[in-house]
Amino acid sequence: MSQMLPDDFADLECFAARWSLATERERYTARLASSMPELQELYDAALPRMADALDYLDQFDLEDLPEDARNLMRLFFSVVNASFPVESWKQPRVPDSGAAYLDLVDEPVI
Amino acid sequence: MAHFPKPAEGSWTEHFPQLGTAPVNYEDSISPEYYKLEKAAIFKQTWLNVGRVEQLPRVGSYFTRELDCVDTSIIVVRDRSAVRAFHNMCRHRGNKLVWQDYPNEEVKGTCRQFTCKYHGWRYGLDGELNFVQQESEFFDLDKADYPLVSVHCETWESFIFVNFATEPSETLLEFLGEVATGLSGYPFGEMTQTFGYRAVVGANWKLFNDAFSEFYHAPILHQNQAVASESAKLQQFGFEALHYDLFGDSGHGIVSTWGGMSPPKDLEMVKPIERILRSGLFGPWDQPPGIDLSELPPGLNPARHRAWGADTFQVFPNYVILVWERGWYLTYHYWPLAYDKHLFEGRLYFAPPRNATDRMRQELAAVTFKEYALQDGNTLEATQRSLKSRAATEFPLCDQEILPRNLHKTVADRVQAHRAATETAVVVAH
Ligand code: FES
Ligand SMILES: [Fe+2]
Repeated sequence: MSQMLPDDFADLECFAARWSLATERERYTARLASSMPELQELYDAALPRMADALDYLDQFDLEDLPEDARNLMRLFFSVVNASFPVESWKQPRVPDSGAAYLDLVDEPVI
Repeated sequence: MAHFPKPAEGSWTEHFPQLGTAPVNYEDSISPEYYKLEKAAIFKQTWLNVGRVEQLPRVGSYFTRELDCVDTSIIVVRDRSAVRAFHNMCRHRGNKLVWQDYPNEEVKGTCRQFTCKYHGWRYGLDGELNFVQQESEFFDLDKADYPLVSVHCETWESFIFVNFATEPSETLLEFLGEVATGLSGYPFGEMTQTFGYRAVVGANWKLFNDAFSEFYHAPILHQNQAVASESAKLQQFGFEALHYDLFGDSGHGIVSTWGGMSPPKDLEMVKPIERILRSGLFGPWDQPPGIDLSELPPGLNPARHRAWGADTFQVFPNYVILVWERGWYLTYHYWPLAYDKHLFEGRLYFAPPRNATDRMRQELAAVTFKEYALQDGNTLEATQRSLKSRAATEFPLCDQEILPRNLHKTVADRVQAHRAATETAVVVAH
């Protein structure tokens, strides 16, 4: 499969196919479909790289990101989403949220 | 013991003596009959926010809204000179004018004119009937007699409001009163980066309003969202607002709260991702450069407290504007769909991001909002079911629940006044 992320982020390439997702709905769905070890693995690998990723991404115009940079940005959106199960909930779903849902119907997609 | 000063009367609630301190009856949230009365007495009489002008970026931009609370569908459109609202109904034979695929779903777009799908009648953005298919087949038809039925529509600070009364009893500015004088001049229009959430919730519309207009619940319901040591402190401290105010009998009110988490005094108080991104529930920790927040309108931070973080303005009946000290804001709508069901809409408004870092900070704030709202929202369907059992009917509300108390009281007063007025009308008609 072809490379999705910039060379500098080869260490995160293994997460890109699953987590470089365009919309919050896709990211939240992927989170609910994951086990805690999977979310923890993403978090542990990517969180220490957040600052590097933002330094790298900040050199571009946000409206005009190269394909691999856009994938990197989307991957880190997923890290933001996955941080809640890891840092707060100890489970993929918001506790006591039952069948409740809240759809992000309008978002600035990158 | 109060950590923040309360009014001389000893409590916020007693500062507004019309409220009383008695337990509140929630029959208003479990009765189909009562919802009918609310529609007639409130939703069909008052100004209702339906969005912001930025949602209509150019001439011809429009959106439709399905409003069960007033039994109609409307089109809101930007014409050359103004934002206008019309009932979404063709004057020929009543077909729904603007819709796509599913007649009950809302749509948005841009057009030059509205064309009926049925027989092709066409209306301008000003609502005038401009074209009738085979016009000569009709009998003395004057197109000027068949414009779209307009709905009163006014804007304040680019917030769009509509009113379904035949003649509104007050202008939008009169209606908003101290909300308008308190917030006019805030740079709402510069915060154009938005995230819009929606959920249909199986609970009366007032219940979500209650949940978001008191923070007494926050240290308990949301305890796992903070790091453990912080959560313990918050629970011990409980919640106290800096200030409350109610604006006459308008139903509008404000709760002013602290902002200690943005940024936190001590980085150990917050989660690792918040530390890295400098953002969280209270939004990005740094004010957006490029937006001048040095002078705030007089209604913000009414206690002039240095720990001020956010003001929640409740706009009667079903709208909220929440302004954060850090330079962004939120709006909520609670649209009734039935006595035990409503549509919740929450929207976050930020300054346009300058770069990926700004955007990532907004993502964390937007996702955090959802995590909290899911906790807030999920309790409501169960509350609705409990209330329906009528095992208990009266509920004690504390001093930090003054806005829910005020909402239920204002609704009751309006319903009562409407009942009295319609009964008089019936007597007169006899
Ligand atoms: S109903 Fe619209 S043109 Fe006939
Ligand atoms: Fe809450």
